[in-house]
Amino acid sequence: MSDNGTFEPVIVGFLCNWCSYRAADLAGTSRMGYPATLRDIRIMCTGRLDPTFVLRALQKGADAVLIMGCHPGQCHYQEGNYKAIRRFVLLRRTLRQMGIDDARVQLHWASAAEGVRFAQTVARVTEEIKALGPLDWPHNWPNEDPYALQEANS
Amino acid sequence: MSEKPKLALYWASSCGGCEIAVLGLHEKILNVAEAFDIVFWPCVMDFKYADVEAMDDDSIDVCLFNGAIRNDENARLAHLLRRKSKVMVAFGSCASGGSMPGLANFTDRDAMFDWIYHKSPTTDNPDGIVPMKHTDVPEGDLELPGFWHTVKTLAQVVPVDYFLPGCPPEASSIEMAVNAILTGQLPPPGSVIGPDVTVCDECPREKHEKKIKRFYRPYEIIPDPDTCLLEQGLFCAGIATRSGCGARCPQVGMGCRGCYGPNEGVVDHGAKILTGIASVLDAQTPEEVDAILDTLPDPAGYFYRFHLPDSLLRRRARANGEKIVAPASEAAGEPA
Ligand code: SF4
Ligand code: SF4
Ligand code: SF4
Ligand code: FES
Repeated sequence: MSDNGTFEPVIVGFLCNWCSYRAADLAGTSRMGYPATLRDIRIMCTGRLDPTFVLRALQKGADAVLIMGCHPGQCHYQEGNYKAIRRFVLLRRTLRQMGIDDARVQLHWASAAEGVRFAQTVARVTEEIKALGPLDWPHNWPNEDPYALQEANS
Repeated sequence: MSEKPKLALYWASSCGGCEIAVLGLHEKILNVAEAFDIVFWPCVMDFKYADVEAMDDDSIDVCLFNGAIRNDENARLAHLLRRKSKVMVAFGSCASGGSMPGLANFTDRDAMFDWIYHKSPTTDNPDGIVPMKHTDVPEGDLELPGFWHTVKTLAQVVPVDYFLPGCPPEASSIEMAVNAILTGQLPPPGSVIGPDVTVCDECPREKHEKKIKRFYRPYEIIPDPDTCLLEQGLFCAGIATRSGCGARCPQVGMGCRGCYGPNEGVVDHGAKILTGIASVLDAQTPEEVDAILDTLPDPAGYFYRFHLPDSLLRRRARANGEKIVAPASEAAGEPA
């Protein structure tokens, strides 16, 4: 999967139930083409997005995380997406310090009617991640413990 | 020998503060000496590793292990003491979460050695000498413990029965743990010994709605003595940190740094602190949020000060996405 030509990124999508998840549905039922790189997870609101979810996705090997919700001012719980903005911007700064490129965790908006916008966002993020290459986080630490290796072999 | 339970204490990659915390029990240390037969405590008495190797497996009742695991010697003792001990306690934040030595996971071995032995302004090393695992001298081969790229917690190396957080644990926490061990009133294995409330719960400062426009460094303002520090723009991790210390730091005007680690059920301490801090920012747009965050340098350092190796990401990515490959010769190195 790491050959540049054939690398298909795995992007975990956290989609708000009331808008972007429906936008994804609309893109599907309208037969819009977009890359099959997104593994979408429905959340009730972007305000539900615990940064732990994003870290977990990256730690388990995702190449990127795409968070999508209702446009500012249109959250069904009034304030949820403003919460998401605050967490997201702080998370982005934190991830930069971990050596993770901004492109790998993105926040975008798409209403239930914006199937095209949803499909275009997935396509654009996919291209950006293809250019960056795999993240492959679990390989950041090999087993350096000679005693564990010895015990495993005995 | 007596029927007293056998106790071992060890320091791996540690600052020594946890050892001082044990001695900080003052006269109660005598109760510990009274209650236990201390069979290994290299910080204060003369023992050799061979003494431990000669013991029967499971012959030590309790091992209090402080310090993180960052080299082959730390790992050797972790595996050895695990084998010899019935109950293994990760003592202090280094053993539990990585703590101060774990901050090295923001960089890696090569970058650290480069800075320490070549580039730092105070380095005087004209011959560019760097410690090596093996050095040939006329008398034979000198060996140093292999130095790891990634600092680990004790539980990432051997199974751990109990965790006693704190950098270092307060005397009251140590007493609580010792009493629990002596009376057999221990929580289920794998537990943290301590209350599951946050520092905020124990903090006497008055709490109101928190909405801040900027952060201040401690030297920039003199905080009001009675109001929550976070409301006044001082970073405080008390919102997402387990208590047990009695909220010591905020009581004296310093924001909690998070040394008691995550509370029950929290997977990633930094993510929880991040969520709490994000919730107090008085901002709606990404630009406004960024403007406030310009006054909070080093957020990752604040969030993961004590639990970086224990976090989901564990460490910073290597430069240019380059992968760390354990040198085969070292990984296969001959453990003594
Ligand atoms: S937990 Fe804190 S006091 Fe204990 S060894 Fe580590 S740095 Fe020192
Ligand atoms: S000062 Fe810190 S610990 Fe005390 S109430 Fe405020 S946030 Fe919580
Ligand atoms: S207030 Fe926070 S940093 Fe201070 S001792 Fe308690 S847990 Fe540790
Ligand atoms: S309901 Fe869609 S972002 Fe809150």
